[in-house]
Amino acid sequence: MAADLDRCTGCGACVTACHAENNISTVGPEQAALGRAKHWIRVERYWEGEFPDVRLKFRPVMCQQCGNAPCEPVCPTYASHHTADGLNAQVYNRCIGTRYCANACPYNVRFFDFYNPTWDKPLHLQLNPDVSLREVGVMEKCTFCVQRIKAAQIQAKADERELADGEIQPACAQACPARALVFGDLDDPESGVSRLSRSPRGTTLLEDLGTQPSVTYLPRQSRA
Amino acid sequence: MNGSDSRRVTDDLLRPLMRTSWRFYVLVLLFGSAVAAGLTAWAMQMYLGFGITGIRWPVYWGFYVTSFVFWIGISHAGTLISAILRLVNAGWRRPVTRCAEVITVFALMIGAMFPIIHLGRPWLAFWLFPYPSERMIWPNFRSPLVWDFFAINTYLTGSVLFLFLPMIPDLAVVRDRSTGLRRRIYGLLALGWRGTPKQWHRLETAMQIMAIAILPVAVSVHTIVSFDFSMAPVPMWQSTIFGPYFVAGAIFSGIAALIIAMAVLRRFLHLERYLLPLHFENLGKLLLVMALLWGYFVFNERLVTYYGNKTAEMQVFWQTQRNAFAPLFWTMVVCNFAVPLVLMGIRRFRTITGTVVASIGVVVGMWLERFLIIVPSLGHKYLPYSFGTYRPQPVEIVIALATFAAMALLFVLFAKVVPILSIWELKAGGAPGGHTGGATAETPEHALGKAPS
Repeated sequence: MAADLDRCTGCGACVTACHAENNISTVGPEQAALGRAKHWIRVERYWEGEFPDVRLKFRPVMCQQCGNAPCEPVCPTYASHHTADGLNAQVYNRCIGTRYCANACPYNVRFFDFYNPTWDKPLHLQLNPDVSLREVGVMEKCTFCVQRIKAAQIQAKADERELADGEIQPACAQACPARALVFGDLDDPESGVSRLSRSPRGTTLLEDLGTQPSVTYLPRQSRA
Repeated sequence: MNGSDSRRVTDDLLRPLMRTSWRFYVLVLLFGSAVAAGLTAWAMQMYLGFGITGIRWPVYWGFYVTSFVFWIGISHAGTLISAILRLVNAGWRRPVTRCAEVITVFALMIGAMFPIIHLGRPWLAFWLFPYPSERMIWPNFRSPLVWDFFAINTYLTGSVLFLFLPMIPDLAVVRDRSTGLRRRIYGLLALGWRGTPKQWHRLETAMQIMAIAILPVAVSVHTIVSFDFSMAPVPMWQSTIFGPYFVAGAIFSGIAALIIAMAVLRRFLHLERYLLPLHFENLGKLLLVMALLWGYFVFNERLVTYYGNKTAEMQVFWQTQRNAFAPLFWTMVVCNFAVPLVLMGIRRFRTITGTVVASIGVVVGMWLERFLIIVPSLGHKYLPYSFGTYRPQPVEIVIALATFAAMALLFVLFAKVVPILSIWELKAGGAPGGHTGGATAETPEHALGKAPS
C-alpha cells in the first residue's frame, strides 16, 4: 500500500469504512476516552509551528504489514504469523491474549478486545458476513481486508485469469475520496503501488527500526 | 552439644508443629480472606471482561506483569543465598537456609500465577505446554514467553527438590515423635529415612549436586524474564544490560524478603535463641553489596541512554527523570540505594530493626523498579500520536495485594507442618553455643562417625 500525504485531507472516511467492513465493535464514549477504541486505521494529526502560523499534517496509520514484523516472533502460540502472501495474519482463535505483540509493535496498531463485541443500534444490523467476530481477550488489527483479497483471488482463479492491478480494494482505499491510499501488488513492478513506492518521495514509517513495512508514505510537499 | 541441649533444640523447633495457638487460626483467617478476595477479583475479571482492569492502548502490560517480575525476583532469595552459602560452607547459614528456600518455592508459585492472570483468555493457557495436539501445533519456541514457561518450570522443579532434600531428616524426626495418621503422612514424606551412614552420605551428595545445579538455573531464569522486555523493540527495553540488571535486582529483593521473613518468624515463633543479630548483620552486609551493585546498574543504564541521545529513548528517559514518573523514580532511588546505603553502611544501624527497615524499603523500591521499566516505555513508544498512560484499577490493586497475603498464608501453613529452621543442620553446626557431639542419630556427623565441622 502507498499513502500520499499530499492528498490526505484527514476526513476519516477510511476509519469509518474500516469499522463497517471489518465488524469492529464500537466501545462507547467512556471506553474510547480511556483509549480503548479499536481503530485499525487512524488518522494521526500533527501540528507544526506556533498559532496562528500552524501547518496541519495528517498521516493515516494502519498495520504496516512488516516484512520483518516484531509482533510475530514474540507470540507464544503463533496467533501472529506471516502468511505466504507476505501479510501479518492474526489468528483470533489461536490468540490467548498475552498482548506481547502489541507491546512489541512500534506503530501501536494492535488492539485488544477488553469486552465481548457490542454495537450501538442500528450498527448491529450491518455486520459483514465475510469477517469473523472477535471474542473478549484476543488481539485484533488491520488485515489489509484479507477477505477481499481472498475473494478476488478465488474469482480470478475461477475465471482462469491473472488478477488485474487495482482489482483488490481494501475498504479504506475504496472509501478515500482523495485517493490518498493506493493498494496493489508490490511484487508486480508495473502496478500503481509499486510505481508510487519507488517514488523519490517514498519513505516508510520508523524505517530505522528495520521492520521492512509494506506501506510507503509519500510525505507532504505542498506548503498549503 | 550434649543430650539435653539437643533435645531442647528439637523441642523448641517442633513446638509450632505440636501445639497450635489461637494466633495461628487468626492469621490463617486473616491471610486466607485476603487471598479469597484476590481470587474473587480474578473471577470477576474473567466474568465481566478484562476491561475492568486499567490496561489500555498502548500500555498493555501493567500491575500484573510488574507483580510477575517482582515475585520471580523475590524467589531468588532461596537458591542464591542458600546454595552459595552451602557451597562456601558458611557456618552461620544454618538457621537461614530453609527459610530462604521456602521463600523461593512460594514466590515462584505466586509469580507463575501472573502470566495466567494477565492473559486475555486464561482458560487457554495450556497452549503454552508443548503437548502433541492432533493438529500438530506447537508453541512458538522463538517467543520469550515460551522460554519463560520452561525457565520457570525448571527453576520450580529444582527449588522444590532443593527445599525437600534437607527436609527429609527433619520429617523423620517429626515422624518419630508423632502417632496415628500424622505418623503415617510424615513417614511417607520422610521416604524411609533411618539416619544410616549410607543415607547421610547420599543426602549430602545429592544436596551438593543440587546446590551447584541450581545456581546457573537461578541466574538464567531471571535473565530470561528480562528477555521478555529486552527482546522487544521498545525504547529503554532493548538493552544488553537487562540480564545481569534483573538478576542483581532479583537477588537484592530476595535478600530483603528473607530478612523480613526471618524477623517475623523470630518474633512470632520465639526463635530469638536461633536467629541471632549476627544473621541479620551478615545478611545486611549482603544487602549493602547488592544495593551498590543495583545502583551501578541503574547508573550505567541511565548514563548510556543519555549519551546515546536517541529520540525515542530520551522521551522515556525524561518521563522517568523529570516528568510524570519522576516522583516514583526518585522514591525508588531513595528506597533502593540511599536508605540501604546509609542503614547498612553504618555498623551501628546494622541491627535487626535497621535491616528490617532497609529491607522494607528495598521491597517497595524493587516493586517500583519493575513498574518503571514497564509502563513509561509502553506509554512512550516512538509515535507521539499514540502516547498514553495507565491507571491501575481496584481489581489489579486487590490482586497485587492479595499475593502478599498469599505469601504470608503459605508461610504460616508451612511453618505449621515443617520445622522452619533445619533441626539437623542446627545440631550439626552445634548452634546455639558450642557443640560436643550429637547424642542421637539425627545428625550426619554422629552417624558418619566424623568430627562435626
